[in-house]
Amino acid sequence: MTQLRTLYEKIWDAHVVERRPDGTCLIYIDRHLVHEVTSPQAFEGLRLAGRKVRRADLTLAVPDHNLPTTPRRDAAGNRIPIADPESAQQLAALERNAPEFGVRLIGDADVEQGIVHVVGPEQGFTLPGTTLVCGDSHTSSHGALGALAFGIGTSEVEHVLATQTLLLKQSKTMEVVVEGELGFGVTPKDVALAICGRIGTAGGTGYVMEYRGSVFRDMSIEGRLTVANMSIEAGARSGLFAPDEKTFAYLEGRPMAPKGAEWDAAVAYWKTLATDEGAVFDKTIVIDAAEIVPNVTWGTSPEDVVPVTGVVPDPESFADASKRAAAQKSLDYMGLTAGQRMEDVAIEHIFIGSCTNSRIEDLRAAADLLKGRHIAAGIKHAMVVPGSGLVKRQAEAEGLDRVFTDAGFEWREPGCSACLGMNPDKVPAGERCASTSNRNFMGRQGPGSRTHLVSPVMAAAAAITGHLTDVRELMGEKRGEMVA
Amino acid sequence: MEKLNIVDGRAYPFGMKNVDTDIVIPAHWLKTISRSGLGKGAFEVLRKEPGNVFDDPEYAGSPILIAGDNFGCGSSREHAAWALADLGIKVVIAPSFSDIFSGNAFKNGILTVVLPQEAIDRLMEVAQGLNGTPDPIHVDLEHQTVTTQFQDRFQFEIDPFRKHCLLGGLDEIGLTLGQADTISAFEARDGGARPWLVPAVA
Ligand code: SF4
Repeated sequence: MTQLRTLYEKIWDAHVVERRPDGTCLIYIDRHLVHEVTSPQAFEGLRLAGRKVRRADLTLAVPDHNLPTTPRRDAAGNRIPIADPESAQQLAALERNAPEFGVRLIGDADVEQGIVHVVGPEQGFTLPGTTLVCGDSHTSSHGALGALAFGIGTSEVEHVLATQTLLLKQSKTMEVVVEGELGFGVTPKDVALAICGRIGTAGGTGYVMEYRGSVFRDMSIEGRLTVANMSIEAGARSGLFAPDEKTFAYLEGRPMAPKGAEWDAAVAYWKTLATDEGAVFDKTIVIDAAEIVPNVTWGTSPEDVVPVTGVVPDPESFADASKRAAAQKSLDYMGLTAGQRMEDVAIEHIFIGSCTNSRIEDLRAAADLLKGRHIAAGIKHAMVVPGSGLVKRQAEAEGLDRVFTDAGFEWREPGCSACLGMNPDKVPAGERCASTSNRNFMGRQGPGSRTHLVSPVMAAAAAITGHLTDVRELMGEKRGEMVA
Repeated sequence: MEKLNIVDGRAYPFGMKNVDTDIVIPAHWLKTISRSGLGKGAFEVLRKEPGNVFDDPEYAGSPILIAGDNFGCGSSREHAAWALADLGIKVVIAPSFSDIFSGNAFKNGILTVVLPQEAIDRLMEVAQGLNGTPDPIHVDLEHQTVTTQFQDRFQFEIDPFRKHCLLGGLDEIGLTLGQADTISAFEARDGGARPWLVPAVA
């Protein structure tokens, strides 16, 4: 009898170049995404050692973190200089390194440019059953398409560039099962936050997650990308979805996806990858879809999740002393008090973007709520940053840009932007942002900034009212209008 | 890479839990294009607090850091390891580490030692000093021990391959490039089985 295997084990087994006696494996890497922040020192290392890139044909470079989200070319097509000298230097390093080592670069002003984790799937560079790496922890996103994808550090970037392999130990497996149907106004982001809240930021450490159950089967590819993206916030380096008909439909015809007979052979192979019935996971987490509501974070860790209808927790309510101290520290930083209603928390900034929620479905959902409405007087700044130039173009073709700008939002060029504030898009100290990104760490959106993680529709709702708001009430109004 | 075996000296009694890499080195320091000089940004936010251990002259240049549970969680930035290395840290001792951080530390010649919380509590006391001034801690990679002058002796586990590389100062890329033929054989085999994978980028 052949052994029953999970999706993860099948991908792993297919990529073992060599197994060492201690269990470490040399794993072949099929796809490597490179951006400007974590690659300069890797290319520097290759250059110093006189080494080459082994498989430039499996490597794709895209700048995203540092780029300003304001226009990048003037009317004559010349580059508008980047004000921050360090950002300019990193971008220049990538523009120098990629051609020197024969790596294809999507340039800062190309329509295909965007956040690496949006670009990979969009171009069909990300494929099911592949191993995919990038020097960025949110590489877990690509697991939405059934790729074993994980973030690596710069030394590993250098290792992959030089050898197209990595030395790895096999992870344990965890299945995260969500069965049932998501309620009205509940989005994939709320599911991801619910998982972080349930298992904590270290809950998945050492595991590769596989998302299973009806909610994930019914979820769109873009929703799956949101969920897989946040696997790392729950401690898992990778999160996987079994490739299915939705995956194939999403990928077919993408520029870098296989074509013709190769496509057919690929699909036939991808269909064999699903976890075998009866295969055993090392750990199982089960969440009832009916229990998931629109969520927000109150603290400075993605596990600090409460329903938007809830209150700021009392640090004293945590069992463990270090958690109590951490919670108090978070509340001091966030300027919140125990027992305060989340819906009473006033917001000054809105950020819709990041590799978690900047794809067309995210923008459509937010725009749908904003149509005919305007941001509240207390909102100092609201901004939409599409995940890629192609998302931006599509949104403009649908008129979404007008909906956003009419509502008082700024409509920007693609990039990471205020997700981590490496470019000029920052939240000022002490001010509060409802953000569709994935991390609410201290200082993440700028020194002293306060972040509340939410879904795109929840960000839109907060923009309309000026405080954290249960989007279901606003959607209810809309639904009422439609019925009337 | 520099060889590492015996590390002897004072240790920063840090101990904070769930320290993410944004705390180790804030994102605005990621803008460098070289590996050196990041020690200045290490623990930048915490260093704004008066009396923090990192600016205490008693600990300047300490080669050891005693940390709390889940050290190095969050972003995969290797700058966290570079910042610690630039600060002169050769060993981090904690009850647990994020997987990515411990891998990055190893690749930059930093030893991560996992010890139970009781051992960490004791090492924190020693690092703070039992008689007013900090007492040294002795780490021996060859024998996989952490000892103090007060008869404490803690044994730790380490992956044999990592130990071998750290002791010998071996560069991982050079080791793997030595297996180029095995990698080529895999590519030939896999290219037959999954021809659609190549090239990804036309
Ligand atoms: S959008 Fe944010 S999380 Fe995603 S890659 Fe960019 S900085 Fe990282």
